Amino acid sequence: MAPHELERLATLVRTDRVHRSVYADPAIFDLEMERVFGRAWLVLGHESQVRAPGDYFTTRMGREPVIVIKKEDQTVGVLINRCAHRGSMVCAEGRGNTERFVCPYHGWSYDRGGVLQAVPFASGYDKGKLPAGLKAVPRVKTYRGFIFASLSPQGDDLETFLGPARASFDDFVDRAPGGELEVAGGVFKHAYNGNWKLMLENHLDGAHPAWVHASSVAVARAAPEPGKPGEEHYYDIAVRQMRQNGAPDAVWEAIGMWTTPHGHGYMGDYHDDSRLVAGLGNPVFDEYRKRLIKHVGDKEADRILRVTLWNTIIYPNCSFMSQFRQLRIIHPIAVDRSVVYTYSFRMKDAPAQMFRDTVAFANVVNGTGSWVLTDDLEVYERLQRGLSSGEVDWVYIGRGHGLDVEEPNGVRRGATGTSEIFMRAQFAAWLRYLSQ
Amino acid sequence: MKVDEFLYHEARLLDTGQLEAWLELFTEDATYWLPLERNQKDPLETSSIIHDDRTLLGLRVKQARHPRAHARLPLARTVHQVGNIQASEEGTEVHVHSTLQLVEFRNEKQRLYGALVEHRLRRVGGGNAGSFKIAHKRVDLVNSEGELDGIAILF
Repeated sequence: MAPHELERLATLVRTDRVHRSVYADPAIFDLEMERVFGRAWLVLGHESQVRAPGDYFTTRMGREPVIVIKKEDQTVGVLINRCAHRGSMVCAEGRGNTERFVCPYHGWSYDRGGVLQAVPFASGYDKGKLPAGLKAVPRVKTYRGFIFASLSPQGDDLETFLGPARASFDDFVDRAPGGELEVAGGVFKHAYNGNWKLMLENHLDGAHPAWVHASSVAVARAAPEPGKPGEEHYYDIAVRQMRQNGAPDAVWEAIGMWTTPHGHGYMGDYHDDSRLVAGLGNPVFDEYRKRLIKHVGDKEADRILRVTLWNTIIYPNCSFMSQFRQLRIIHPIAVDRSVVYTYSFRMKDAPAQMFRDTVAFANVVNGTGSWVLTDDLEVYERLQRGLSSGEVDWVYIGRGHGLDVEEPNGVRRGATGTSEIFMRAQFAAWLRYLSQ
Repeated sequence: MKVDEFLYHEARLLDTGQLEAWLELFTEDATYWLPLERNQKDPLETSSIIHDDRTLLGLRVKQARHPRAHARLPLARTVHQVGNIQASEEGTEVHVHSTLQLVEFRNEKQRLYGALVEHRLRRVGGGNAGSFKIAHKRVDLVNSEGELDGIAILF
């Protein structure tokens, strides 16, 4: 990159503010796709989505259409979904199991590893000059069952990239008795007319629920009371969760907020409703604890259940709730258009009711028709419209600036739970990716 | 009231913003369901765009009236176009299949939905004053598995 370009980018990100163009300028979006989504490790999914050789699903890495597939050798491969001949997507979007990918245009076919197998009218080609196959994404790795890939052959290894944020994935998996998780219960796909960064910023923002979610908090407070164990209603999970968003300011201020050098962030949990967070005295959770103890023993089960995390952001494309078994992947479509896929996970050896609770939780918090999510999406769209105005330049991200606390391993902690440290960390990482 | 008249009446209440009167059409044990997946059989083990009992459906109506309901203030304007009505008696209920085309307009965004709809109706009252209550309503959007902007309307 030319030095003057670098200098210009650096002027857009300051310690306590960013220039509005990082959300609204299509040229910056193109640069982000090349340098952020084209370089970073991206979360693509979970091994339970591709169990047997030939199992595949399609997704995107930034704007690149890709196929995630279990190869013959039992490893996971990621292929660019583009025929080596004329460029058609060889695989229709979706999931399934296949012996080979056959291009719909001229019938070029590829095996599960993307190696070119057959070419109709082959005599017309100089055989030595045919392409080898579908382009493989150069780096693919898993961490505790979660699938990551990077479009760049170089860069930090996955362990370094995740750094201390590995603990959030550990929490996700450790909570499952026997460590077995699977994607289940359907995939929500919701979209909004706003920049991809707005979602990642919102998910660690403890100052927004009281305002954005005021209406759902109010109606949940006025709702009939949830039932005691044995007298529960279908509506209980939704009402309990919406009420929790109305936690007092002091609760939001007191929870932990941590960031890592790669822009990841994670926050402590604000839930105090024992029906939502595996409290004592509930027969379903008692059974769950028993099963967890059976696998790891008393002491380790106790340690696992004492971890209380809410959202984790893996910058730049993933947000998850380890304790509630929800994972969202963001697909930037344009500077002002984003699509989010939301997955729920089942703990295979936990009581069946716990997965039903996960589904009810997904519907109320992350569902396309949710009381909660719809207000977030409305605000993202209003942000995008406001940020498109050229009259005002700066966006303020200075809450708690100057008060961050240094912790070991490059972790920084916000002075309070509502510190905007997570945005400062995301933009520091953003500038590093763009400047490389 | 005949079945088709009842369905038009229901649509009219939604299109004229009479949400409280619309809610009154549902029985106390009613379920209101927009499945996420095609041919979805189960609302408990698979997510839904909406799966409400009567209490939760009531919360949707109340939320729409809250002064800080950002996605619902103002409420979208809609036209519910009901068609292809087929009704059959099943025990104490009338089982109705219909199609729905819905146009929504809000914030300079116009959206079009298509859906297959199923009602289970129970008769209330008799003679000319007789009508129905909705015990179950299921709305299968043709794009339920697609990439959807937030849904803050009622079908």
